[in-house]
Amino acid sequence: MSALPIPFLVLSFITILCALYVVTSKNPVHSVLALIVAFFSISAHYVLLNAQFLAIVNLMVYAGAIMVLFLFVLMLLNLGKAAEPIKSNAWALASAISAGSLLLILTAAFQKSGEQVYRNPSETVGLVKNLGKVLFGEYLIPFELTGALFIGAMVGAVLLGKRDSGDHESSALAEEKGASS
Amino acid sequence: MNTVFQQVDISHYIYLSTVLFSIGLFGVLFRRNAIVLLMCIELMLNSVNLLLTALSTYMGDAGGQLFVFFIMVVAAAEAAVGLAILVMVYRNTRNTTVNFLSNLKG
Repeated sequence: MSALPIPFLVLSFITILCALYVVTSKNPVHSVLALIVAFFSISAHYVLLNAQFLAIVNLMVYAGAIMVLFLFVLMLLNLGKAAEPIKSNAWALASAISAGSLLLILTAAFQKSGEQVYRNPSETVGLVKNLGKVLFGEYLIPFELTGALFIGAMVGAVLLGKRDSGDHESSALAEEKGASS
Repeated sequence: MNTVFQQVDISHYIYLSTVLFSIGLFGVLFRRNAIVLLMCIELMLNSVNLLLTALSTYMGDAGGQLFVFFIMVVAAAEAAVGLAILVMVYRNTRNTTVNFLSNLKG
């Protein structure tokens, strides 16, 4: 294996750096912004892999919709400087050991398994034309089911997020909140 | 002229997504803010997406990339419902740390 191409190295570096910042940053807003940068670099990885359709969908769905939703909730609840309980170093050490051993095990398993990946690189598989043919042929029923999933999620999110009024339970909660504040 | 993915071995993508997944797992174990927890889950989902895309391209099979598409759909639904639940929890407890939710046990 000769030297790796520069774009791959740079993008991998940016992705891992941003992922680490997401995990370690004290401020949740900084975490969201770092995660958006990480998603942009993953989209660039998709472009390098000739998966243009996924690159655009990743930008629109993740960086465009999901992260804006996160940012919106953070700003709405005014959690920018939310006080997170300080955890002991022992807890950090335990988490690091758990995640590190997962990394070790997966890497070792891959190295042990050897290079058995079937190689038939294709440059055109990620184009919209090919993906559309497979999506609306072989995967038509799952595609329709995702529509049902979205309707369910939308109704659920609206029901959960709605501030209900007149309900006995919620008025009791409101009284309790008023008494405590 | 070779494209980039013909110069990069598949194993590098496997290592990269393994590292990303481990970082996400570390975040899920370490952080206590429920919103950051959800973001770490998104990070883990994205590392799996990257691996599926790389394998699909290297194998010349469109199925992997369509699974990535479906994962994105499910992730969007999950984020919407999860954040709605968080807003609900914040409204009732004025707090979004997951420690607080241990009050839920019967």
